[in-house]
Amino acid sequence: MSSYEIYIAYMTIVRKEIQRFMRIWVQTLLPPSITMVLYFIIFGNLIGSRIGQMGGFDYMQFIVPGLIMMSVITNSYGNVVSSFYSTKYQGSLEEMLVSPTPNWVILAGYVTGGVARGLAVGAIVTSLSMFFTQLEIYNFGIIVLVVLMTSILFSLGGFINAVFANSFDDISIIPTFVLTPLTYLGGVFYSIDLLPDFWASASQLNPILYMVNAFRYGILGVSDIAVGYALLVISAFIIGLFSYCMYLLNTGKGIRK
Amino acid sequence: MTNYALQIDQLHKTYDNGFTALKGISLQVQEGDFFALLGPNGAGKSTTLGVVSSLVNKSQGSIKVFGHDLDKELSKAKCLMGVVPQEFNFNMFEKVQDVVVQQAGYYGIARDEALRRTEQLLKQLGLWDKRNEASRTLSGGMKRRLMIARALVHKPKLLILDEPTAGVDIELRRSMWEFLTRINEQGTTIILTTHYLEEAESLCRNIAIIDQGDIIKHSSMRDLLKTLTTEVFVFDLQSPLAQVPEIQGYRLQLVNDTHLEVSITQGQNINGVFAKLSDAGVHVTSMRNKTNRLEELFVNLVTNNKTDLQGVSV
Repeated sequence: MSSYEIYIAYMTIVRKEIQRFMRIWVQTLLPPSITMVLYFIIFGNLIGSRIGQMGGFDYMQFIVPGLIMMSVITNSYGNVVSSFYSTKYQGSLEEMLVSPTPNWVILAGYVTGGVARGLAVGAIVTSLSMFFTQLEIYNFGIIVLVVLMTSILFSLGGFINAVFANSFDDISIIPTFVLTPLTYLGGVFYSIDLLPDFWASASQLNPILYMVNAFRYGILGVSDIAVGYALLVISAFIIGLFSYCMYLLNTGKGIRK
Repeated sequence: MTNYALQIDQLHKTYDNGFTALKGISLQVQEGDFFALLGPNGAGKSTTLGVVSSLVNKSQGSIKVFGHDLDKELSKAKCLMGVVPQEFNFNMFEKVQDVVVQQAGYYGIARDEALRRTEQLLKQLGLWDKRNEASRTLSGGMKRRLMIARALVHKPKLLILDEPTAGVDIELRRSMWEFLTRINEQGTTIILTTHYLEEAESLCRNIAIIDQGDIIKHSSMRDLLKTLTTEVFVFDLQSPLAQVPEIQGYRLQLVNDTHLEVSITQGQNINGVFAKLSDAGVHVTSMRNKTNRLEELFVNLVTNNKTDLQGVSV
């Protein structure tokens, strides 16, 4: 295939993916928005007013970056895992597998779909947060970079989950038992400075901590982790997961018989 | 020099559970052919087509599509193939038109051109009125036609059809036969698997029969049919007959008082039967084959193969 044909194949997958989550916006865009509004009201307004300041900011201001990041993570992951598994389950994945579309384009198309949903939900949640607090952007470049990298990383994770899933139950196990706990323990609601030394060190094994803190740095200018190091960790995860995804696609594991 | 659309050489496939689906099959399909790949359920037909269309990983062997080796030039080979699988495998929530347009996109066809081709194909296959409906709302026959439209949108030179008429009513099946014959005449090579043997007999020029992972027959349809030693015809009689007339050299049997079964062996002339029946005052109004000729041969070949294999295992 020529590079123009590859571009068309890529855009076909991207268009399909974006149309899919826009068509079912009541399931894909609305629920995270409602959940986040509840977080803002309960944790930010009701409980946050009693907590006072954290990291030199109102508690509401402190948790907003983490909550935006949480919605980006869960939606990027959820979009790819559900879409790719449905495609596999219905057999329509074969449409792509019999075509000359290269494997990396298939992966890039699905990841872009995940990123698009992650960004869409992230933008909605950011807009909603404006009703509850005032955010001042500290470093716009870092914000964009971290959101993009995080959504790419979790889209790749969703892809791997979908490849190995054999039932619809399998696509909710990782988000429920791995992703949600890691997100909650990733410094969304607190600074790891508050933790005892052991737990503060243990938290550094949690990759989500790096994303939340790097993003928080972009908005508030404060972070528990050095931003450069955080970006390095996220990049390493992206490279690792991308390589594994390509291995799965090239060998046909979980995809071809 | 013969140009082959498909060359399979010593193809083996053993699944992870240890089941050997293909035991080193080799076959060739000429360019422009209408080729039947027949076999009983579980014989290895779908596995063969799955490996050719790269949906199933082979264990061993080589495959060339119009000379392009799947191991070395997979992308080129894929561009030349269109696949209609046995199971419905499109996104049931997509609109009919989108299913075809998206497939064109996977082959790198620009959207404007894809829309033009989709319109043409959906019109040819009688689906244009349904273009904006979700594909899940289509009837079984329409879904089959949608899969054919999808497989043809990139204008493949080789079309692989895995039981395309399964569960389709006879009227629709015939219109699909006409459509397939037309595209074959226009130069598309077609490989067909089917359980309707009259379909294979009337459409295909060459045939391979696969059983238990082996090709047990690979020849032209004409040569295969020639090997049928006895054909049984059923004659519809003008008036009831009480007793079977004696005709030297032919085996006759009354099915009921107005239907007579006549066995004709190779070398015998059916005109001779008519002449002798006429002499005996028996008038025939119409006739038909008792069973489809290919079906007769198919059953014989598969049964013999089973017997041979049982002999080997003993």
